[in-house]
Amino acid sequence: MMELEKVVGIVEAALLTADGPMQVKDLAGLFNSEEIGDRESTRVIKECLVELERKCESRSIELKRVASGYRFQVKQEYSEWVGRMLKERPPRYTRALMETLAIIVYKQPVTRGDIEELRGVSVSQNIMRTLLERGWIKVIGQKEVPGRPSLYATTKVFLDYFDLKSLSELPEISEIQELVLKETQSVENMIVQDLDLEQTPGDGIGLSQSSDEKVSESHDEQSNVVNLPLNQ
Amino acid sequence: MSENFSAALIDGSPMKEFPKDLHIPPDALRVFIELFEGPLDLLLYLVRRQNIDILEVEVAEITKQYIDYINLMEALEIDLAGEYLAMAAMLTEIKSRMLLPRVEDNEEEEDPKEELIRRLQEYEEIKCAAGVIERLPRVERDIHLLSVEKPVIEEDIPEVDVDLKEVLIAFSSVLRRVEMFSKHQVEYETLSIRDSMASILTKLNLQDGYLSFHDLFEAEYGRMEIIVNFLALMELLRESLIDLVQTEAYSEMHIKVVNTDR
Repeated sequence: MMELEKVVGIVEAALLTADGPMQVKDLAGLFNSEEIGDRESTRVIKECLVELERKCESRSIELKRVASGYRFQVKQEYSEWVGRMLKERPPRYTRALMETLAIIVYKQPVTRGDIEELRGVSVSQNIMRTLLERGWIKVIGQKEVPGRPSLYATTKVFLDYFDLKSLSELPEISEIQELVLKETQSVENMIVQDLDLEQTPGDGIGLSQSSDEKVSESHDEQSNVVNLPLNQ
Repeated sequence: MSENFSAALIDGSPMKEFPKDLHIPPDALRVFIELFEGPLDLLLYLVRRQNIDILEVEVAEITKQYIDYINLMEALEIDLAGEYLAMAAMLTEIKSRMLLPRVEDNEEEEDPKEELIRRLQEYEEIKCAAGVIERLPRVERDIHLLSVEKPVIEEDIPEVDVDLKEVLIAFSSVLRRVEMFSKHQVEYETLSIRDSMASILTKLNLQDGYLSFHDLFEAEYGRMEIIVNFLALMELLRESLIDLVQTEAYSEMHIKVVNTDR
């Protein structure tokens, strides 16, 4: 049987070199029963993950749990400087695309027709293609109405990309309504901000600190493997 | 263009009409109009600009402003999406309904104003939700994933000490396998020992049962025939059909028939 310290090291190495987030069961699968002893392997792995999290406290990286599992990432506070090294600018998405995405996130499963109804304009083919190609949304079925339109829903890839463990980490629609009230006091500002965005692409994109923290702090270390509710 | 709509403020006084000789490139205001994600967005902007609750929206006023915008866009030769015009029509309809006395008996029909308000509220929610998602930290922009090079995994090939015996055994098994594929050419034996035995006995009988050893091996016989004759002789001896006799040491050997009658 291996020393726990060594198991921690192996788990760390696996997470560092993996191509994507890894689940507890994937990590447990790396060991045979001799190496891990009589104890339940997933329990041992979870202990390791807690230990790795603790080790990260004094470092610039963190162990983050997202929808598809655990991954190491640079802590938010250092993100800006790492971002400066990037040769390519991160992709930017139009408001139309973000609104379409928001509709799919909050109203899923939805048809194209639903999206058009809510936005009051036709949905461009490009937007849907981009969302599908990025893997953020997928067709999960057809609505039983004439024409059998496709029903769209968000994916784990979407959650991973936006640093989420599950859709429940997003504010509820009722909370959104409160945000609406807050934001309407500065509608003019919003418009100005939009203009700024047009003209100065690539900079901080008006990251509202408060809402960021709200999301990232709800990170729950102890809970089990993610079961994603598609519908909230 | 409406009375109280001002396209710009010039020295503090609103400019109500664009100067006719002023060429405004259509692209200049396109940036502005493209800020709106559609008629709902524009309408929402107009409502919120007045800082009024959506529920208390004054349709008549908003309709006027909306149509002013549409006219402005048309004046600037900006291609308008059909949706903008549809919305203008809907607003006009609501406005005209409000001027007419309310007909009580068609309650089933949805009030287009309520319908519009509902859509505006829903759209505003979505717009804010989009903002929430936009501000989420995201991979590529705010989240940097770690990528550590995978170690070069050298395949562990142990050096084996092979015993020479093993090699030979292996080779022999190879040979055995090869053998299974080898062809067998079956040839008739040109000379038969049995034939030769018969001819020796015949000769003996012709010579009164007595023959010198050398008579069996004449020089003109071929090598094969000599061997076959010798083998036939041995065979006859073994079967005790003949006897080899020698009168004295180093003298010639003679073959004689064994008299079985005796």
